[in-house]
Amino acid sequence: MEKEDLRKELKVSAIENGTVIDHIPTQSVFQVIKILNLSEYQNQLLIGTNLESRKMGKKGIIKVSNKFFKSDEINKIALVAAAATLIVIRNFQVTEKRNVEIPDRIEKIVKCFNPNCITNHEDIPTKFTVIDKSELKLHCHYCEKITARGNISFL
Amino acid sequence: MKKRSLVSINDFSREDHIRILDLAEAFEKHPKQHILEDYVVATLFFEPSTRTRLSFESAATQLGARVIGFSDSASSSVQKGESLRDTILTVSNYSDIIVMRHPKEGSARFASEVAKVPVINAGDGANQHPTQTLLDLYSIRKTQGTLNNLNVAFVGDLKYGRTVHSLVMALCNYQTTFHLVSPVELKLPSSVKMYIKEHQHAYYQYTELLEVIPKVDILYMTRIQKERFSDPIEYEKVKNSYILRNSMLEDARNNLKILHPLPRINEIMSDVDDNPKAYYFTQALNGVYVRQALLASILGVVE
Repeated sequence: MEKEDLRKELKVSAIENGTVIDHIPTQSVFQVIKILNLSEYQNQLLIGTNLESRKMGKKGIIKVSNKFFKSDEINKIALVAAAATLIVIRNFQVTEKRNVEIPDRIEKIVKCFNPNCITNHEDIPTKFTVIDKSELKLHCHYCEKITARGNISFL
Repeated sequence: MKKRSLVSINDFSREDHIRILDLAEAFEKHPKQHILEDYVVATLFFEPSTRTRLSFESAATQLGARVIGFSDSASSSVQKGESLRDTILTVSNYSDIIVMRHPKEGSARFASEVAKVPVINAGDGANQHPTQTLLDLYSIRKTQGTLNNLNVAFVGDLKYGRTVHSLVMALCNYQTTFHLVSPVELKLPSSVKMYIKEHQHAYYQYTELLEVIPKVDILYMTRIQKERFSDPIEYEKVKNSYILRNSMLEDARNNLKILHPLPRINEIMSDVDDNPKAYYFTQALNGVYVRQALLASILGVVE
């Protein structure tokens, strides 16, 4: 049993210091990488996807060495991975575990769904206020239209 | 209001609206005053809107301001591919205030963030046209003597008409009962109806124009456009149901006034024009005084 667990654990190796983002829906793993700008990351980065999960069936996991995210930064991923768990590791030990929260404001990462919005025609970073967190409704700062869950796409 | 941009009707508070209406009233008495002689007003019309542009330019020149600008993007550097940011930054070097009309929604908000001078939104796509809303409020107050305890009917395309949405929201600051007359396909969006409810006002929906006429103080007519219908047969069925004829006004209240943001096509028959209840042309004239009030207060020439 112990051996089995160990084998599972080692599918993505442990990190000494840094942050583990667990329970990412498999289809969102690469979006999370994009949102957190991890493709540019210079330290060790371990990515697993389509891993078995008792909770989710299949899941993704990202381990980011030597990186401790600020809340504002990490909460952006709540749009694609609301159930993600953050595990902070120091010296191979879990020092903190928490969930992500949908932020009040979202800048630069979401595209406004209104094709006639100025942000879709000029080089302007998008800005939204989250007016409904459970239904996920984003109010565009510019065109004032609502981008809702089903219409969200990422820049 | 000094140096503040006006992009959305909610950028200004109810008190600000009242202040503008009071100032407009003063300008109506004395529309020609040379109080803006030292100022340059830029009117940037990225899409043509002759009525709105001329109204602003008339307002500015009657107060002695110089007006620079363009009346459609074909005659500007936009044609060469210049970004909105660059156009606005450049023009804000040349002027004290920018009046802007643009086909894209949110363009005015963006311009107000980039410009070094205040921006007045003269329409950004289907989003906002706050000076229209203020002149509508002015016309309602002037003809009824108050903005409170009024029954206001909106007729026609209530789904897409941005003037309707903005005016409904502005009227929610006062005791208003809303009567909404439209074909089923063009009903007021639920978000706007929700706004009415949140402000604890009543609204009633109708598909027949005639039954609402005796109940109201203001009849706000709008145009129904064929291209708004997914089914052309549906348009043919309703297109004549929302046309106002003089004979329909027999049971109207004495104080009833008919408003329309113009241009009208056929939704108000010309036989209504001579009825003293027809107010739409005066409404357009009121736009000049309201825009004078906005220019003067935003430039800080009047308190």
